[in-house]
Amino acid sequence: MTNTAEITEPREGHREVLESVVVRFAGDSGDGMQLTGSQFTLSTALAGNDLATFPDFPAEIRAPTGTTFGVSAFQINFGAREVMTAGDQPDVLVAMNSAALKVNLGNLRRGGLVIVDSGTFKERDLRKAGYDTNPLEDGSLDPYQVVEIDVSKMVVESVKEFGLGTRDALRCKNMWLLGLVYWLYGRDRQPSIDWLNNKFKAMPDVAAANVAALNAGHAYGETVELPGEILGYTVGPAKIDSGLYRNVAGAEALAWGLAAGTQLAELPMFFGSYPITPASSLLHTLARLKQFGITTFQAEDEIAAVCAAIGASYAGQIGVTSSSGPGIALKTEAIGLAIMVELPLVIVNSQRAGPSTGMPTKTEQSDLYQAVYGRNADSPLVVLASNGPGDCFYTAIEAVRLATKFMTPVMLLTDGYIANASEPWMIPDFSTFEKFPVKQHTEVDGFEPYNRDAETLARVWPVPGTPGLQHRVGGIEKDFTSGHISYDAENHQRMTDVRHAKIDNIANFIPEQAVDQGEAGGKLAIVGWGSTYGPISRAVSNMREQGRDVSHIHLRHIWPLPRNLGELLSSYDTVICPEMNNGQLSTVLRAEYLIDVRPLTKVEGMPFKIREIEAAIEAALDA
Amino acid sequence: MNQQAPIQYKPKDFATDQEVRWCPGCGDYAILKGVQKTLAEIGTAPEDEVFVSGIGCAARFPYYIETYGFHTIHGRAPAVATGVKLANPDLDVWLVSGDGDAMSIGGNHMMHLLRRNIDVNYLIFNNEIYGLTKGQYSPTSRLGTRSPSTPAGSIDAPVSACGLALGAGGRFVARGIDRGQKELPGILKSAHAHKGASFVEILQNCIVYNDGVFDGVVDKSVATEAQIHVKHGEPLRFGAENAKGLKFNAKAMRLEVVTVGEDGVTEDDIIVHDETNLALAQMLAAMDRPDFPVAVGVIYNNPADVTYDQAVHAQNASAKASAKITTIDQLLRSGATWQVD
Repeated sequence: MTNTAEITEPREGHREVLESVVVRFAGDSGDGMQLTGSQFTLSTALAGNDLATFPDFPAEIRAPTGTTFGVSAFQINFGAREVMTAGDQPDVLVAMNSAALKVNLGNLRRGGLVIVDSGTFKERDLRKAGYDTNPLEDGSLDPYQVVEIDVSKMVVESVKEFGLGTRDALRCKNMWLLGLVYWLYGRDRQPSIDWLNNKFKAMPDVAAANVAALNAGHAYGETVELPGEILGYTVGPAKIDSGLYRNVAGAEALAWGLAAGTQLAELPMFFGSYPITPASSLLHTLARLKQFGITTFQAEDEIAAVCAAIGASYAGQIGVTSSSGPGIALKTEAIGLAIMVELPLVIVNSQRAGPSTGMPTKTEQSDLYQAVYGRNADSPLVVLASNGPGDCFYTAIEAVRLATKFMTPVMLLTDGYIANASEPWMIPDFSTFEKFPVKQHTEVDGFEPYNRDAETLARVWPVPGTPGLQHRVGGIEKDFTSGHISYDAENHQRMTDVRHAKIDNIANFIPEQAVDQGEAGGKLAIVGWGSTYGPISRAVSNMREQGRDVSHIHLRHIWPLPRNLGELLSSYDTVICPEMNNGQLSTVLRAEYLIDVRPLTKVEGMPFKIREIEAAIEAALDA
Repeated sequence: MNQQAPIQYKPKDFATDQEVRWCPGCGDYAILKGVQKTLAEIGTAPEDEVFVSGIGCAARFPYYIETYGFHTIHGRAPAVATGVKLANPDLDVWLVSGDGDAMSIGGNHMMHLLRRNIDVNYLIFNNEIYGLTKGQYSPTSRLGTRSPSTPAGSIDAPVSACGLALGAGGRFVARGIDRGQKELPGILKSAHAHKGASFVEILQNCIVYNDGVFDGVVDKSVATEAQIHVKHGEPLRFGAENAKGLKFNAKAMRLEVVTVGEDGVTEDDIIVHDETNLALAQMLAAMDRPDFPVAVGVIYNNPADVTYDQAVHAQNASAKASAKITTIDQLLRSGATWQVD
């Protein structure tokens, strides 16, 4: 096979130079859009751009072909400057079929480029997509630059020599379009060629057909004049801190962080989980990391998953469980048990739109109340939130550190967006991480199961199998030191107080809240948590470039809150809290600090747009 | 090597300093005694024993056993015990549950613990009533049971604990009786010896809310006729002077109670108990008064080659042995990376 991967200049003239571009690939959920997107992401990262991605897929695994509810999409924003979000609006839409065009056209920038497979606009296709008239003919695409290619026909042609049936040949369509987009942005095809050859090494014909389709799409770009005199674009490398990089999705980074955390704690880990969107990828990743002392257990239900993790913690491992909001609700009683018996437990919640089943594949941040307050009785625990895919690594380590140091459940909040989105990530040097080896209790003299560390208030961790430390724990209220059943009124007050004090005291063991951008004190602070980091950060930097007095504060520690946060927030005239819920952190901050935090809320199953936050900043400062 | 003689434990070594708080006359006292005796006879060190329970009267059990104990939440003890056993397979894990805890709120976990075949011993104290919540009917209550929640009598069919256990794929299923002190430790020892999930239903009298519910089975005046003590390799005989026995009617595919010497029945017609025979076990488990005696003893014992916990650890070990990526640094650098200068 000849190496056709070198980057070629267009036929005549030069590629137009762009600072950043947002491309959206859209097609049927069986069209391989997520694979296409991740391949484009890889080649883009290798080209030195900064980038952010947003996989956007339906709940249906394979909805009927050609229907709008089966459309899956992958959006990538890449640029020669720092990229903070997957982009407010696509500049380029690659639509694999008419349904994908119908679903995604509305958000395309006016004047943007739309590439369509005209082979999917036959009468039957249009009917399935819900078009009354052909959008390629009725003028509805007039505001855009349109590239119409009968991709289906060309793909079948380009892979003919490999003897695939039409159906299998058409499955190479995504690679043909990827090849064209590679040409459009002058991308190296070789990493994808290598990837295809490896992925299909058991099926050399399929590998060869996919590579041929990729090359054919690329060649088409090179040789055929595209309308609008499109000669391809160049997006130069971004200024990025020097170091070794990789792409990482949140679920992956979280799994690695948990593995890293247990290594730093020098403890084996037990992961109990039950499949649920969008949390399952954590289970899948950890199931392949057993060499790190990780046992994974797919339980019969959410309750069994958390209970098995608690059992493992009782027996001396670090118990971890994971789910999304509805599953966390099922685990709630058991989380209360872990609070009562004061065992370490990490609970990962990949939040999704709700209530109830809600929109499983759509992102939201609406489980903050559930995390902070959502249990029967006075049951405090630690709540952390990751602000993006790469940050999951660090937050997971912090969760393991706090759970073991303080003998407490820790809820780690991420969301569907963070779990699935990927971003370039500077790989840290793990040898520089501080270890926090966990010491389990072995001393028989003076042993009581609820003996506490004076500094942390954490109880001892006596593990079954240790001679002389036989004891009983349980969900019934227990005596302050012996752990025996106690219905004594004063003892219950004392136990409630110490459970509360233990968690409050953690504020002395976490960093004080820093200001991410801007000054401490001023006219306006935007305070956020979790995956709103990208859009807030970019909106605040844009506004600051315009000379606006606005700062960005982003919380990782949601409970307990950093001890300086109240004072910090009080130093601004106005505080706005953008969040993908109906105002949950705003309420918590108001309750804790009596500060008039203004909520900026959005629950549309997708991240904030930068301009939505910019508009809120402008409105607040111009008021 | 420093050879130490194994410590000989006595039943009282397994008693805690806690005051036992079951109602006076509760069948649980006898079971506690039987378990303490069994533990002493097994001889495992107390620190290697863990008792896990859910919620209910029976679930208070761990507080009275001088081993490690975890009194968890309603119905979930099998799941907690699963985590304990997987985290440390060297521990002897015992589960103590009641009919409501195991078969109502915890039915799902019971089913999956048994089919997974995790090496734990699962004791169900079946008193056919909710005791701790003051006497509501339970999933094992007979039809027509009058209780605070069923003043006109219960109308849903009860579940058979042993039948359910067999149906869920349990590979060790036994039945004992609270006051059957001669037999119970032997059953418990067999359960402990069985590698895999061992299910033991113990008929237990609730003296306050369901007193005498098993009188038709356990009362001395009827016991010989109402119970059949099943032993592997021995004919299934019962009744006064062992005159009666169980015969398989092949045409009707069912068991029949027969009397040796009557109607041409000979000793050869009586089935010999084979504890590895699932079909027989299912028929024995289903036998109930008044047509049949109730089977007591080890009904089914057919260990699998590998238990779930063994298989989990075998997979973990093989992953460790064959892993190409063994450090976090390697893990973070796996796949495509690029250097930015």
